[in-house]
Amino acid sequence: MTIRPASDRSLLVSFGDDISLESHRAVARLTRSLEGLRGILNLHPAFATVLIDFDPRLRDHEEVAGWVRERMEAPADGFAMERRTVEVPVSFGGEWGPDLDDVARHTGLSPEEVIQRFCAAEFEVYFVGFSTCFPYLGGLPAELATPRLGAPRKHVPEGSVAIGGGQAGVYPLASPGGWRLIGRTSLRLFDADSEPPPLLRMGDRAIFVAGARP
Amino acid sequence: MNRLRVLTPGLQTTVQDLGRFGWAHFGVSASGAADALALRAGNLLVGNAENAAGLEMTLVGGAFEFERNAVIALTGSDFGAGLPLWSAVEVKAGETVRCGPTRGGARAYLTVRGGVAAAKAMGSASVHVMTGVGGRPLRMGDVVPIGEEAMRKPRSGQVTPPEGEPGGLLRVTAAAQAEWFGDELYAGEYAVSEESNRMGLRLRGLAIPSPGGHMLTEGVPLGAIQVPPDGQPIVLFVEHQTTGGYPKPANVISADFWRLGQLRPRDGVRFERVTMERAVELLREQEKWLYRLV
Repeated sequence: MTIRPASDRSLLVSFGDDISLESHRAVARLTRSLEGLRGILNLHPAFATVLIDFDPRLRDHEEVAGWVRERMEAPADGFAMERRTVEVPVSFGGEWGPDLDDVARHTGLSPEEVIQRFCAAEFEVYFVGFSTCFPYLGGLPAELATPRLGAPRKHVPEGSVAIGGGQAGVYPLASPGGWRLIGRTSLRLFDADSEPPPLLRMGDRAIFVAGARP
Repeated sequence: MNRLRVLTPGLQTTVQDLGRFGWAHFGVSASGAADALALRAGNLLVGNAENAAGLEMTLVGGAFEFERNAVIALTGSDFGAGLPLWSAVEVKAGETVRCGPTRGGARAYLTVRGGVAAAKAMGSASVHVMTGVGGRPLRMGDVVPIGEEAMRKPRSGQVTPPEGEPGGLLRVTAAAQAEWFGDELYAGEYAVSEESNRMGLRLRGLAIPSPGGHMLTEGVPLGAIQVPPDGQPIVLFVEHQTTGGYPKPANVISADFWRLGQLRPRDGVRFERVTMERAVELLREQEKWLYRLV
């Protein structure tokens, strides 16, 4: 574990440089243990890191770093995540997934093979971030990894299913974004009136099913 | 209850408070006033709590008619309302406060004694324009309720606003991937692009060579400067994404966030490195300035 300042009001805690279940669990554990502390404004969990925003009028880097060490040194007994399985119907390619052909070209597979392998995979929601309720999915078959776009698109439609490097995700709302769009779902991933608002949450299992029109 | 009627909305006028905190782990960034210092000062001038909601105007202001007597303050940039800025001003029932195009920076704030009583979403009245969380920009004919939650008497007299013209110098501290980069960010001037908004300020200038390191998506703080492969830096702003995969050489300091809120398209900016200790010290000085208004 490394802890370093990211700005004058935040700390970045890192559990490694790779996507792994072990760092994912550490991220989830640290995030839970820091929720609701006075002077901590926001927690940004990611694959192997947690960014902690604090109120610089109340806290400083040393103090928050002390809390992190204390919590990660405590025994992890009894920490368990809620785990649900969510099936996501997707329409692949064409206007729904304008980058499917680019992904096929990059990976050397046919578009059909890309879809087949994507749907055969079992994804885990490593964290929710980027934009409102965007689920970051671990478990993308290595051969489907495709680099992000050189410059992000200004408009990605709601429900777009995408690959960014070795990661996968679904855009819950129309937004800018730099990932490769391979399909689209009609499922609502963000509902402000739901408690909590995201359909896919940290620790959930996600499976994609081809064919349905959005 | 007093109310104000939107006669003309201006270019983009939204209800803003200091933001929606505690939701970043669901991908919801804080949003809040683009120039929080101006909003806080405006609230303190009219006797509100500093985080009361007010109206944020962008580049071109609106016209607002008050049903009853009110005490307001106009802070941030001069939008040509013909009223004293940075001071509490009485407005009579039926009067209109008419703002126009900016004569300075990008944003002006209208705060009103009692606060704007807009509905809150996830704990804040702040409109997140990109996602619609918290509502939408004001339109002609909208009626905005005014609350009754003032804490103190309005402050008499005008205050001197913080120094600074639109553009100019932004001070930064090292960010998570600072050691991946050289000095290119500090070598010249960048221009704020027309595509900038509350989510991010896209800059145009000397391209920064892509460091090409292995980078996993990670949490990003307000004011982070990220460098996508095209080398043109983006400063993440109040509606920023909560995580990002582009490397970051530097982060704008908290004491200069208000300057980001005042940047207009085509303004020029330069970056200057400061230590973490200096950044914290500059923020303390700014807070001291603000609390003299209480």
